[in-house]
Amino acid sequence: MARYDRAITVFSPDGHLFQVEYALEAVRKGNAAVGVRGTDTIVLGVEKKSTVKLQDSRSVRKIVSLDNHIALACAGLKADARVLINRARIECQSHRLTVEDPVTVEYITRYIAGLQQKYTQSGGVRPFGLSTLIVGFDPYTGVPSLYQTDPSGTFSAWKANATGRNSNSMREFLEKNYKETSGQETIKLAIRALLEVCSFLYFRMSLGMVITKYYEHLYYSR
Amino acid sequence: MECVFGLVGDGFAILVADTSAVHSILVHKSNEDKIMVLDSHKLIAASGEPGDRVQFTEFIQKNVSLYQFRNGIPLTTAAAANFTRGELATALRKSPYMVNILLAGYDKETGPSLYYIDYIATLHKVDKAAFGYGSYFSLSMMDRHFHSGMSVEEAVDLVDKCILEIRSRLVVAPPNFVIKIVDKDGAREYAWRESVKDTPVSSA
Repeated sequence: MARYDRAITVFSPDGHLFQVEYALEAVRKGNAAVGVRGTDTIVLGVEKKSTVKLQDSRSVRKIVSLDNHIALACAGLKADARVLINRARIECQSHRLTVEDPVTVEYITRYIAGLQQKYTQSGGVRPFGLSTLIVGFDPYTGVPSLYQTDPSGTFSAWKANATGRNSNSMREFLEKNYKETSGQETIKLAIRALLEVCSFLYFRMSLGMVITKYYEHLYYSR
Repeated sequence: MECVFGLVGDGFAILVADTSAVHSILVHKSNEDKIMVLDSHKLIAASGEPGDRVQFTEFIQKNVSLYQFRNGIPLTTAAAANFTRGELATALRKSPYMVNILLAGYDKETGPSLYYIDYIATLHKVDKAAFGYGSYFSLSMMDRHFHSGMSVEEAVDLVDKCILEIRSRLVVAPPNFVIKIVDKDGAREYAWRESVKDTPVSSA
């Protein structure tokens, strides 16, 4: 087995790409992130551990905007995330420039997943060590969507999903308790899912949330 | 033939552009909007080669958006103007953009500002500016009547005086103009000055 995990481009005899699986391990060690899709609201929640007292927690951005109507949260190697997010933001603007239309959530998810896949089939590089949860509203119909990508480059749409630490417990909770919700109920469901795995012992545990309602607006200067 | 001009008032900046899209002797349309909203508090009025005008201003707009997403805060008007000038300068000695630009913006710290950027990448921060044949008339009117700290009513009055001069003295004067304003509440369309309307053709 040791001979089949050195370089990414090598399959093992039983059909594994070990580097991709090791990347998924990195994701499993990352901070918990949850995404829930409601009828008119989508919620992203990320666990924030405040074990570092001197760190300015406001400088750590775990949920980012890719465009006016699309947001992303991830679990895994945050440095890799910066690269992926930067490319995705450029693609969002590039799409707007060439076709005069904002991206759909599916398009940008496909783009990010495609990027992650490229790095599983190139020489001398390693895969991105993160899974992303991408939420957004369709620019014209306003229909909300939630997608997930992973280091192998696969993606799919979800009603609710979790990734990172203890994602299995969160997913189980979501499977048991999911129903079509809207507004505050969707937010509550996401919070409850995160609270399943976040410890109550830490007072300063904060839950970073992005609640996106459908809007198309110009980014405000001031 | 394209007339673009603008001025800075008390807490606002105003941009005016003609709205005719012309090819040789043919007027394609007389409601072409040449003042683009760059972001919530910036306007960019462009005149020149039509293809370059749209291509370049849209390119600048998307890059300004990208900056805001990457950095979490918007560009200042000065930064946007310098970025625009930089792009024109880089392209100048390869394949120049034939676009003249007036960039107006409002920043909370510094108030309203107007930048003159011509097609060979000249950049000036100014109180009033104009491009095109109409500039001969609008600059003269503004030199006569402009004073700093004008109110919106005074500024629009001056704008109307300029439009009147252009209409009466320029041989191929454009019939319609659009006026846009930017102040602390954002960038928006203020008014149109139309003397020719594109009327829909009634069916047979």
